[in-house]
Amino acid sequence: MAAGVATWLPFARAAAVGWLPLAQQPLPPAPGVKASRGDEVLVVNVSGRRFETWKNTLDRYPDTLLGSSEKEFFYDADSGEYFFDRDPDMFRHVLNFYRTGRLHCPRQECIQAFDEELAFYGLVPELVGDCCLEEYRDRKKENAERLAEDEEAEQAGDGPALPAGSSLRQRLWRAFENPHTSTAALVFYYVTGFFIAVSVIANVVETIPCRGPARRSPREQPCGDRFPLAFFCMDTACVLIFTGEYLLRLFAAPSRCRFLRSVMSLIDVVAILPYYIGLFVPKNEDVSGAFVTLRVFRVFRIFKFSRHSQGLRILGYTLKSCASELGFLLFSLTMAIIIFATVMFYAEKGTNKTNFTSIPAAFWYTIVTMTTLGYGDMVPSTIAGKIFGSICSLSGVLVIALPVPVIVSNFSRIYHQNQRADKRRAQQKVRLARIRLAKSGTTNAFLQYKQNGGLEDSGSGEEQALCVRNRSAFEQQHHHLLHCLEKTTCHEFTDELTFSEALGAVSLGGRTSRSTSVSSQAVGSSTLLSSCCPRRAKRRAIRLANSTASVSRGSMQELDTLAGLRRSPAPQSRSSLNAKPHDNLDLNCDSRDFVAAIISIPTPPANTPDESQPSSPGGGGGASSTLRNSSLGTPCLLPETVKISSL
Amino acid sequence: MNRCPRRCRSPLGQAARSLYQLVTGSLSPDEVSLALMCRARPEGLEQLQEQTKFTRKELQVLYRGFKNECPSGIVNEENFKQIYSQFFPQGDSSTYATFLFNAFDTNHDGSVSFEDFVAGLSVILRGTIDDRLNWAFNLYDLNKDGCITKEEMLDIMKSIYDMMGKYTYPALREEAPREHVESFFQKMDRNKDGVVTIEEFIESCQKDENIMRSMQLFDNVI
Repeated sequence: MAAGVATWLPFARAAAVGWLPLAQQPLPPAPGVKASRGDEVLVVNVSGRRFETWKNTLDRYPDTLLGSSEKEFFYDADSGEYFFDRDPDMFRHVLNFYRTGRLHCPRQECIQAFDEELAFYGLVPELVGDCCLEEYRDRKKENAERLAEDEEAEQAGDGPALPAGSSLRQRLWRAFENPHTSTAALVFYYVTGFFIAVSVIANVVETIPCRGPARRSPREQPCGDRFPLAFFCMDTACVLIFTGEYLLRLFAAPSRCRFLRSVMSLIDVVAILPYYIGLFVPKNEDVSGAFVTLRVFRVFRIFKFSRHSQGLRILGYTLKSCASELGFLLFSLTMAIIIFATVMFYAEKGTNKTNFTSIPAAFWYTIVTMTTLGYGDMVPSTIAGKIFGSICSLSGVLVIALPVPVIVSNFSRIYHQNQRADKRRAQQKVRLARIRLAKSGTTNAFLQYKQNGGLEDSGSGEEQALCVRNRSAFEQQHHHLLHCLEKTTCHEFTDELTFSEALGAVSLGGRTSRSTSVSSQAVGSSTLLSSCCPRRAKRRAIRLANSTASVSRGSMQELDTLAGLRRSPAPQSRSSLNAKPHDNLDLNCDSRDFVAAIISIPTPPANTPDESQPSSPGGGGGASSTLRNSSLGTPCLLPETVKISSL
Repeated sequence: MNRCPRRCRSPLGQAARSLYQLVTGSLSPDEVSLALMCRARPEGLEQLQEQTKFTRKELQVLYRGFKNECPSGIVNEENFKQIYSQFFPQGDSSTYATFLFNAFDTNHDGSVSFEDFVAGLSVILRGTIDDRLNWAFNLYDLNKDGCITKEEMLDIMKSIYDMMGKYTYPALREEAPREHVESFFQKMDRNKDGVVTIEEFIESCQKDENIMRSMQLFDNVI
């Protein structure tokens, strides 16, 4: 219901007195009224700023937070007020809505923040008053566009990280679309650009008349006829390159139908077809006229430059988006041309030797005059003709000047959008790197916690590393959660280094050195299952048993042992930051070298952590996100159990 | 209490004014300022307390609500109709709202001020049964001549049935209002002279048990 209806309800009910005498049946009794406490003042405390209002005011909109019983959740009995931990500046607008019935949009606040506040208080954005609605919608649309661009840029995924398993096709396509990704692509890009330029210049030069060396022919010939072979060779070379490029693109395109229909591919086809048609058309006289026309199409090769120039693309896009304005311009010009041509024709009809022989002939005059060209090949001679001619030129200026600013502003908007997109793409890389760093920080903290025996049930105070003990409550609970997950899935978390090595070991079947790999694929492509919980029990027993046992190799050439260094404490986790100065002194931290991944073979060895290196305090501790920590060793005592834990 | 002065609205004057505006391209300032000056302020709280049967607190609540809805302090017919129509979304309540407006607007100046509003409410909600019946009679008597004719009653009845809208059960028939009027007159019109006077009305209503019982509706509205 609309604003303030609640206020008028008593009045409407009172007005029912008019129905009373007419009622043929007894009217129902009034609903039981709750003890009306009369009107009271409520205090709403928003982050320290107190707002006081009548209860009735809030009750006017019963389907919002403040108007319904939902606000009781925020009631603080001690202070007798409703406390909200939100932005007090925004709350002002919300409260004003209750008071005036109109929701206004603050001009200086971020529209996203405003939306969130509205959502919190249960107000729908449609309640924004008419005075502010336009602006609200515009800003929201702009925001949404920007976010959509962000997402698109992410999905376009032209980051340097390409999935390792991409096929030749994918790599080729990526090289075509983003020449900056690899040197070969860049070279190809520049070579094609060069050949486009060469082809266009050859077309142009072909028609220049050049003098023979010994004045053999009295008539000057165009160069194309003087050196036909040279030009033919050049043309052939260019067309070969273009054809090759087109075929390669066709092969690499992820969706060939879509590629065939795209504008750029059409331009490519139009650029090279005339050559082939010319090859197959016999050189007789009647067809050569058509053949000459075909040569005109060769000039379309210049459009191939739009792949190389972003500005050209923007221009094309602008023209496309301003199609309606251009259409209007054309239409109004046509109208004006017809009108003025008719007028001029009839004005000049009487004159002898006039150029205005017919109305279509007068079109030329009108166009030349309206665009203020004024060639002077057709001029009116009568007075009436001159008057109308001047009106024609004045109106021409007006008609052409009107749609132009629209086109210009469109172009400017699109151009700036493009610039913004480029800037954002650059920032995106930085942002992604930062996010990756933060994420790995959390994982590092957990892995460090595990490594330091945090998972031990019986961790006595001294044995546990200081860094383990210094964890915050949040971290404790978080680690507990991760631990539960590990237990649930019978997999363990590890770092990408370890995982990649394991993966490498599987594929190569031999010892692999440390290599970086992609951890994100780890979970997905972990093809080797781990056995479940029995393994863990064994592991714990073994670990407790001895910590210095060497790894019994047995038939384990496939085994890959990582000499785990004492990895540097990840600085991202706050607790480890605190623990850092202590770490260097603390030699109680167990630094075990764990087996990265154990690939078992029919006779599984009993693997125990290998301590081949003494614990050394983590040196440096730079913000390196590559964790040298290896996962916990697993003594798999079951056949063909392979454990690849990955994150 | 100020009232809105009526401005000269002759069409000739308006045409001349708009032509002048067209040539000079200026906005007319008078329209804007005059609209703002139309406001009313009610009499003091004590006076209203004497005149009506509401307590001080109730008056305060009522006025705050009223002032919020109509910051200028008065309600005109359009607003009135709009407000009332929000309660009856299914049907068309504009006619009945007009009748109500005329009943509330005791001094017939085309606007309902807070005093009118509160006076009416006081009678309905805090008055005696006779007062209420009087008020209802006043509502029905469209031309305020002291008696209700069949035509007036028919208008009222039609407006009430209009509020029901199209979708009713059982479906509304054309003759329903007329039949209702007939039965009403049969009950109320003692001397069968075709009109119902105030005395007949009150007498007949007091004899009707249903009506008397339903009067309790209004005891707890505010």
